[in-house]
Amino acid sequence: MNLGSIALSNLRRRKTRAAFLIAGLLIGIATVVALLTLTSSLTVEAQNNMENYGANILITPQSNAMTLTYGGVTVGNVAVGARELNQADLGKILTIANRKNIAIVAPKLLGAATVKGKTMLLMGVRPDAEFKIKRWWVLDGRPMANDAELVAGSAAARELGLQMGDYVRVGGKRFTVTGLLHETGSQDDNLLLTTLAAAQSLLHKPGRVSMVEVAAQCSNCPIEKIVAQISGVLPGTKVTAMQQVVQSRMHALGQFRSFSLAAAGVVLGIEALVVFLTMMGSVNERTREIGVFRAIGFRRGHVVGLILIEAAVASVLAGLLGYLAGMGTTYVVLPFVAEGSAHVAWAPLLAPGAVLIAVAIGAAASLYPALHASRMDPTEALRAL
Amino acid sequence: MSGRFIEISALEKVFTGEGKAVAALRGLELSVPEGTFLGVMGQSGSGKSTLLAILGGLCHPSAGTVCVDGIDLYGLPGERLADFRREYLGFVFQAHNLVAYLTALENVMLPLSVKRMSRVAKRARALDVLDQVGLVDRADHLPSAMSGGEQERVAIARALVNEPPLILADEPTGSLDTDTSAEIMALLKHLNDQGITIVMVTHNPENQQFFHRTVVLRDGRVDCELPACEAGTPLYRPARV
Repeated sequence: MNLGSIALSNLRRRKTRAAFLIAGLLIGIATVVALLTLTSSLTVEAQNNMENYGANILITPQSNAMTLTYGGVTVGNVAVGARELNQADLGKILTIANRKNIAIVAPKLLGAATVKGKTMLLMGVRPDAEFKIKRWWVLDGRPMANDAELVAGSAAARELGLQMGDYVRVGGKRFTVTGLLHETGSQDDNLLLTTLAAAQSLLHKPGRVSMVEVAAQCSNCPIEKIVAQISGVLPGTKVTAMQQVVQSRMHALGQFRSFSLAAAGVVLGIEALVVFLTMMGSVNERTREIGVFRAIGFRRGHVVGLILIEAAVASVLAGLLGYLAGMGTTYVVLPFVAEGSAHVAWAPLLAPGAVLIAVAIGAAASLYPALHASRMDPTEALRAL
Repeated sequence: MSGRFIEISALEKVFTGEGKAVAALRGLELSVPEGTFLGVMGQSGSGKSTLLAILGGLCHPSAGTVCVDGIDLYGLPGERLADFRREYLGFVFQAHNLVAYLTALENVMLPLSVKRMSRVAKRARALDVLDQVGLVDRADHLPSAMSGGEQERVAIARALVNEPPLILADEPTGSLDTDTSAEIMALLKHLNDQGITIVMVTHNPENQQFFHRTVVLRDGRVDCELPACEAGTPLYRPARV
C-alpha cells in the first residue's frame, strides 16, 4: 500500500465524486478535441477542395499592354504585341513538378460575335472545367454538351430575349440555348458561352485560347512556386497568382481557428474552475480523514501528493475518455458544418495532447486544494468530527 | 518502568479566537516513566485533550517543553514532527477515525503507506497486528460493515502497526458499551504489559483499575494524582451542564 493505492481506493469507492470530477474534465477535453479536430478537418477539406473557391492562377498572353480601367470603366487599352495562347501548349501545365496540386485547367477564348444584330461577348470554354471552377454559377437548364449548344448569361439573355430551348444564330451558325445563368453581378452576366471548339471556329482562331484559369490546391505548397513552374513551361505567357482567393479563404479558416482556440481556452478555464471547486469540496469533506493522515505521521508533502495523485488519475481517465468523446462528436457534427464531403482529420498527437492537457489542468486546479489540505491543523481537523 | 520517558515542563497553551484568549494549559508539569499506563482524568475543559494533542506533536504549545524519549518535540525542525508521530506514536481516537473507503487491513496499513517497505512486508505486518487484536478474519471488511468495538480494535491495530513505544488514547471506550469497553481496556493493558507506554484520557472511573497512575487535571494543571486526591475532586463531570 502506498499513496497511489490510497488514491485509487478513494476514487474507486467514492464513485459519485470521482465520476463528477472526471465528467467535469471530460466535457472540457471533449469540447476542445472536437473544436480542434473540426478546425483541422475543415482546413484539410478546404485544402482538398480549393477549386470550390475558384481559380487562383491566371495565365494570359505576355504583352506590353496597359489596360486603363478604373471602377469597372475601361477608358483605354494600349496593347503591343498581344496575342493568344496556343492551346496545344496547355498540356505542359500538367508536366510541372507540382502537377498533383493542379485541380482544374480552364482555358477560354474570348471574342465579339454578332447575334440578332447586336455585338455580344462570346466565350468559348471547356464546359466540364468551366462549370467546376465557377461553382457559384447557378444554371437553369444544363451546360452545353456539344458544339451547337449555348448557355447565356442573365444580361445577355435579357438583351437578346433568349429562352430555354430557343434557337439562335451566332456569327451565322445556329445554336440551341440549353442553359441560362442566374445573375452573378459580374461580367459573366454578359457572356454567351459555347464550347471552346465552337468559339474557335466562329472567331476563326483554331487552336488558340485567350486566357487560362487554373485552380491549384496550394495550401500546402507556396502558390508562387506553382506560378514559377508554369511560367517555366509556358514561356511568353504571363502567369499571375490570384492570392486574394486563397488568402480570403485561409483568413476565414484562420478566424475560425482563432475562435476555436479562444473557445477552447474559455472551456479549459471553466473546466479548471470545476476541478478546483470539486477538489476543494472534496478536501473540505475529508477534513477528518486528512487530520487522521497527519496524526499518524503523514508529512504535508504526503497529503499534497495524495490529492495530486487522485487528480492525476482522474485527469488521465478524463483525458482518454474526453479524446474519444471529442472525436465521436466530430464525426457526428462535421457533416453538418462542412459543405462538401469532409473527412475527420486524425491527429496522432491529439490523444496524448488531450491527456497531457487534462493532467496539467487537473494538477494545476488541484494544487491549491492540496496545499490547503496539507496546511490543515490536525487538531482542528480532528476536532471537526 | 524506568527513566523519564515523558518529561513535560511548564507547559502552557493559550487559544485565541473571537477576540479573547482562553488558557487551556497553565504551567503543567508531568513526568512519566517508560512502560507506564497513565490515566488522565478531569472535567471537560480541564486541558486533557489539549495535553494529548501537544504530547502527540499535533499542537504547538504557547510555552514550556515536551520531551519524549529525550526528544524535544517542539525543537524538531520542519516536518520532523510528522516523522516523530509516525515512528514514536500510535493514536487511538474515541471516534475510531477509520478511513471509510479503506478496508480494515488497508486502514491498519495506512501508517506504513509512506514507509519504504515492500508491499508484501507491509501486508504481513498489518495482518500480524490485526491478528493481535483478533480481527484477522475481518481484514477485507470496510469500517461500515463492522461494529463499534471492532472499529476500535482496528484503530488500536493501526496505532500498533509501526511498533511505537508510546500510544496516546483519547477516550477510546467513550462510545462503547460496558462489555466492549472491558475488552478494549484488556487489550490496551495487554499491550502495556509488553512494554508500550500508554497515556489515556478517560471520563470513566472504572478504568482506573488498569492504570499504573491516574492524574487529574484542573484548570490546565495537574491537580492531584489518584488515589491521593481529596474527596470531592471532580474527575469527569462536565464543567457546564
